[in-house]
Amino acid sequence: MKILVAIKRVPDAETTIKVNPEGTGIVNAGVKWVVNPFCEIAIEEALKIKETKGDVEVVLVTVGRSESQEQLRTGLAMGADRAILVTAENLDTTGVSRVLAKIVEKESPDVVFLGKQAIDDDSNEVGQMLAQRLGWAQACYISEFNMADDAKSAQVVREIDGGMRTDKVMLPAIITADLRLNEPRYASLPGIMKARKKPLEEIDGASLGVDLEPKIIIKSMAPPPARAAGRLVESVDELINALKNEAKVL
Amino acid sequence: MRSIYETPDRKVFQQTIAKFVASEITPYVDEWDEAGEIPWELHAKAGALGIYGLGIDEAYGGLGFDDCFMRVIIGVEVARCGAGGVGAALGGCNIMTGPLQALASEEIKRKTLPAIMAGREGGALCITEPSGGSDVANMETHAVRDGDDFVINGSKTFITGGMRAKHFVVGARTGGPGLDGISLFYVEKGAPGFTQTALAKKMGWWASDTATLYFEDVRVPASDMIGQENMGFLAIMNNFNLERVGLIATALGCSKLCLSESIRYAQERHTFGKPLIKHQVIRHKIAEMSSRIDALETYLNQIAWMVNEDEMPVAEICKAKFFGTQVYEYCAREALQIFGGAGYLRGTPVERLYREVRVVAIGGGSEEIMRDLAVRQMGL
Repeated sequence: MKILVAIKRVPDAETTIKVNPEGTGIVNAGVKWVVNPFCEIAIEEALKIKETKGDVEVVLVTVGRSESQEQLRTGLAMGADRAILVTAENLDTTGVSRVLAKIVEKESPDVVFLGKQAIDDDSNEVGQMLAQRLGWAQACYISEFNMADDAKSAQVVREIDGGMRTDKVMLPAIITADLRLNEPRYASLPGIMKARKKPLEEIDGASLGVDLEPKIIIKSMAPPPARAAGRLVESVDELINALKNEAKVL
Repeated sequence: MRSIYETPDRKVFQQTIAKFVASEITPYVDEWDEAGEIPWELHAKAGALGIYGLGIDEAYGGLGFDDCFMRVIIGVEVARCGAGGVGAALGGCNIMTGPLQALASEEIKRKTLPAIMAGREGGALCITEPSGGSDVANMETHAVRDGDDFVINGSKTFITGGMRAKHFVVGARTGGPGLDGISLFYVEKGAPGFTQTALAKKMGWWASDTATLYFEDVRVPASDMIGQENMGFLAIMNNFNLERVGLIATALGCSKLCLSESIRYAQERHTFGKPLIKHQVIRHKIAEMSSRIDALETYLNQIAWMVNEDEMPVAEICKAKFFGTQVYEYCAREALQIFGGAGYLRGTPVERLYREVRVVAIGGGSEEIMRDLAVRQMGL
């Protein structure tokens, strides 16, 4: 069996993000880059399946600058078997989903895991778009994944508004991981050393013959307005009055 | 600051340890420090990451390679949890695996190393005595040959992990006075005549247990001697070098935490109508702390490179240790000045960082001893 896990390089959640003076993007200097936390959960789920099912190859793929090798290496150190880096810059979700569809065609995995969204743009689109392009089933926001013994289907629990929903999904399928699916392992030092010898293939995005032009153009980017300091009120009446007439939330 | 010695492996390892510390250690350090111990499972989690395995053969559960930069990464990142005692408890149990790997019999290696590597059992190194620490040449604990055994008598004190450890490497005099009469022995917890007493309350490092150990006619087979008879001093000195590299890394990690805590607080706290960070006097403190940290980090990286090249830079390690603890002392002082009264309250990292300067400046060779050793290395 083969599992493909698509991952993304994102700024660490602890990093202070600054918008560049032109308002076209963020300042990259000084940013600490990590594997998107939801993608780590996706990797962990694939590794768990590998551990229980045995004969499973876990392949990682990412689309981005060559620096994204670092994040692939982290995934390899966690225990994935090999990795593919598709080099391309300034893609939007459409472009990424086109590239991933090509990689899926090439690799023919039995299931594709992704994080439900990346914590940088919070688009929450790539998994769904990829399913559409491939004509595959999709199960998004998964908090439980149980593959059937014959590996032809899986029972999943999805986190939906107001509760949980259990679905059976036919494989191959696109699965996107939610926060509670698992707790990802750390890349151990023995794992890091083993990862050195694992293959990391680099593919030029332009060579894939897909449209990489972004369909979404970022017109401007600005930090959220600074929040004014809070104020202590003397009485409940004053609070209600302020909520009604100043904040206008009541 | 970016280092020319950075490699992808070291970077991933650094990120792993940083993440491990941030999620598995830092949130609990106040609780553990007050409780005076860390949960033993933490050793197992750390063992699974491979932090005990550097320099130990794979046959004994180690990594089969060594990298001083990774040793430094462990020291720096664990120190950033803000509680030195947690780091000492976690790392101290590994302090004597170097001599075991290099010198112990196959039987002792099999018995000790895999369990320590996996974080199941701890070890302790017993050199310091009530009569002196760095003055190894005047060690009083002695071991006398009796048939196929040695009989050990004496006491050791300030032994990190001395209560919780199972495996002890003990220095004892087997020959005449001076440096040439010292040997190392393996002693297991529970050996008849071997008793442990916890030291009274300490100024810092609360989460790390520290003990006085008594040896009254403790009988060990001659095969439990580690290395050659009367050659223990060299092994002790070799081990000290890497322990000191670890302590320099601790000083660096603590200094970095002083700086990051200072910056965080100076951005939040407002005085005289503006954030602290906008006051020149505070900005200059930040600049000075940061420059000294850069200097220490660069120094330590250069030392790590030499260690990897098999050119143990003994003098530089000594110099960097007293330099490093002075950087830490300065940064802790300035951090507390920036925090003001808030930093004097228990529960802020800088309060503990300030208290724990002294143990790093004394343990593993005091600043005074380090200066003396450094000058001796110059042949003076």
